[in-house]
Amino acid sequence: MPSTGNGTQASILPDSGHRRLPPGAIFKEAGLTAVVSLALLVPFVGFKIANRGGEQFLETRLPEVLIAAGLIFLGRIFLILVREGSLALPVAGGAVISAIGLFAPIPSAFIQAVAFTAGLVIIVRAAFMVFAARRRSSTGREFGSGFADGYRKALPWLASALIVFAVILPLMPFGERRTIDIAILVLTYIMLGWGLNIVVGLAGLLDLGYVAFYAVGAYSYALLASYFDFSFWVCLPLAGLFAGFFGIILGFPVLRLRGDYLAIVTLGFGEMIRVILLNWVSLTKGPDGVSGIPRPSFFGLEFKRYPAEGTESFHQFFGLDYSSLHRVVFLYYLILILALITNFFTRRIRTLPIGRAWEALREDEIACRSLGINPRNTKLSAFAIGAMFGGFAGAFFATRQGFVSPESFTFLESAIILAIVVLGGMGSQMGVVIAAVVLIGLPEYIRDLQEYRMLAFGAGMVLIMSWRPRGLLSQRDPTISLARAEGKTS
Amino acid sequence: MTDAPPLLRVEHLSMHFGGLVAIDDLSFDAARGEITAIIGPNGAGKTTVFNCLTGFYKPTVGRLTMQRDDTPWQLEQLEDYRIARDAGVARTFQNIRIFPQMSVLENLIVAQHHVLMKASGYSALALIGIGGYRKAEREAVALARYWLERVNLVERADEDAGSLSYGAQRRLEIARAMCMRPALLCLDEPAAGLNPRETGELNDLLGFIRAEHDIGLLLIEHDMGVVMGISDKVVVLDYGRKIADGTPEQVRNDPAVIRAYLGEEDDAVEFAGGA
Repeated sequence: MPSTGNGTQASILPDSGHRRLPPGAIFKEAGLTAVVSLALLVPFVGFKIANRGGEQFLETRLPEVLIAAGLIFLGRIFLILVREGSLALPVAGGAVISAIGLFAPIPSAFIQAVAFTAGLVIIVRAAFMVFAARRRSSTGREFGSGFADGYRKALPWLASALIVFAVILPLMPFGERRTIDIAILVLTYIMLGWGLNIVVGLAGLLDLGYVAFYAVGAYSYALLASYFDFSFWVCLPLAGLFAGFFGIILGFPVLRLRGDYLAIVTLGFGEMIRVILLNWVSLTKGPDGVSGIPRPSFFGLEFKRYPAEGTESFHQFFGLDYSSLHRVVFLYYLILILALITNFFTRRIRTLPIGRAWEALREDEIACRSLGINPRNTKLSAFAIGAMFGGFAGAFFATRQGFVSPESFTFLESAIILAIVVLGGMGSQMGVVIAAVVLIGLPEYIRDLQEYRMLAFGAGMVLIMSWRPRGLLSQRDPTISLARAEGKTS
Repeated sequence: MTDAPPLLRVEHLSMHFGGLVAIDDLSFDAARGEITAIIGPNGAGKTTVFNCLTGFYKPTVGRLTMQRDDTPWQLEQLEDYRIARDAGVARTFQNIRIFPQMSVLENLIVAQHHVLMKASGYSALALIGIGGYRKAEREAVALARYWLERVNLVERADEDAGSLSYGAQRRLEIARAMCMRPALLCLDEPAAGLNPRETGELNDLLGFIRAEHDIGLLLIEHDMGVVMGISDKVVVLDYGRKIADGTPEQVRNDPAVIRAYLGEEDDAVEFAGGA
């Protein structure tokens, strides 16, 4: 939209604070932008194939093209003015454009929307410039570092508030079935993100096959429950154990690899697990998947309207009316607790020697060797523990769905989990939460947008990566501080 | 020479890379409480000696015997991390290898990994709050603070190591190596890239370590001026072969050394042949 002329912007932007462009130059730049965009608009917007009565016509859309080019011309002028430090004019102009978009009798609703958004963008851009300038003049530092300090102070409050919100979510008026379902999904990905964060964020081992451990956990529960009738609570630790074991199996061959090579091998491992599940029909029922996986019980109380003879179900025990929501809420709290355990574990292990060794290994493996850190054990422990949490999440997934099939464990899942970790900021626990909400929660909520969902997903990723290339929250907190450590001792 | 075996004894060390002979039958000793310098022109094989010592290369031939707590360790048979952990050989790198995104203090705590791992029950016990990990961590911080004071980095303990200046990063790397409580400290060109004032500080630091901490120091330097002031013993390499070995004075006047450093002319060859 209004940023069509980025190439010219870069050449003018530096040290433009004191110098004022003459009006002629402003109009020249804006005019150039408008001409370039006109050339693009004519083929893209100017023609439309219409279908009338089985015959196809080529329609022209001249007004739309002209209006769009005009908007770009005006928008460019206002953006230049913002850059040059003048504020009132662009804000007023943006407001006028937005108002035109809202109220003027333009034939196309799309153009109305575009005009409205463009006006807003100009206003936001102007506000941002003022904000950044004030920041710089008051602290003498870059905008980013002030943000980092504020974030560090706000983090404990933000985290507590989020946890409280998560706990009371099902009790809130908007805590209906759909919201809780989405929340469960988001929490599952948060837990997976936190698990993968151990491997990728802390130990720096780029793992593209994390979904394999998710699959191992899910199938562990599904198969143990259907072959041996083990209950969920027995299977949960077993699923974690199996997944951890597979983590070590994967770890051994890739000990000597790093970076891209490691990523490729782990990707292969993830696919191997999926293909095995698909083809070992006698055990896993192959592509049909395992169905009828038992649902978890609340300390032996099942969530059924009509419990089996001689047993009591949850609603009977507590004297409630039966509601299918009970189980959903129970699952919600279950994944919330599992996710919080993952978080607590990760935060704690970061301050222990093995956690510090992981981070050191991410920074420089050779230096680690020279300090007597055993790289083999350190890497394997990271793989195993990360995989273990993937396994827990997998067991939860199986019990929630009641059905698992290899289709749920494709490479796309690994990619999404990795995207959550990378977009959130490698190693940042809060970043994973925000990225999971943005990448999983929002697209679920805006399912009405249908095919634009994935487009929004991609646009979000591009935006985050260009705005904060190291992830949303990439600040790393030291695990120990001299001042605090010595304050404790004395 | 006393009867007790020296801290480090290198015997008949050779290292071949394919057809290239990087080190050829090198033997020397390094003693506790002394600074032993290995010098030589660029490409003489100094860093290769270090990499053999610290296990980054497996030597083609040779015995490397390290004495720690009256136990001999055959370095050529150990994995690199065990040479550091068990035999007590710490090293720094020619191109600094700190952990840039960890804080200065964390760098020094990571160096005490082995001690802390034991104290925390390999992290498992400390995870559920059992054992003496807190006490061990306090001791680790105390040792880190001791070395931070020695290298003038106390004020910057909680900053990212990567934000330190080049000279400070070099000092941090030495402090980190010392936090391992090594028996032998190997320094790979510690003065490279330092200005004269920083080089002076470095010499003081190395002198302090020699005087106060009963360990051996092994130093690589290709600038002879730097080592002559502080070394007790100098080993000179050229094309992977030892060409001289002795006190700084002996080495300084050795014609073979002069030839290696200044190049040779026709009559100089004859002169050397006669010597």
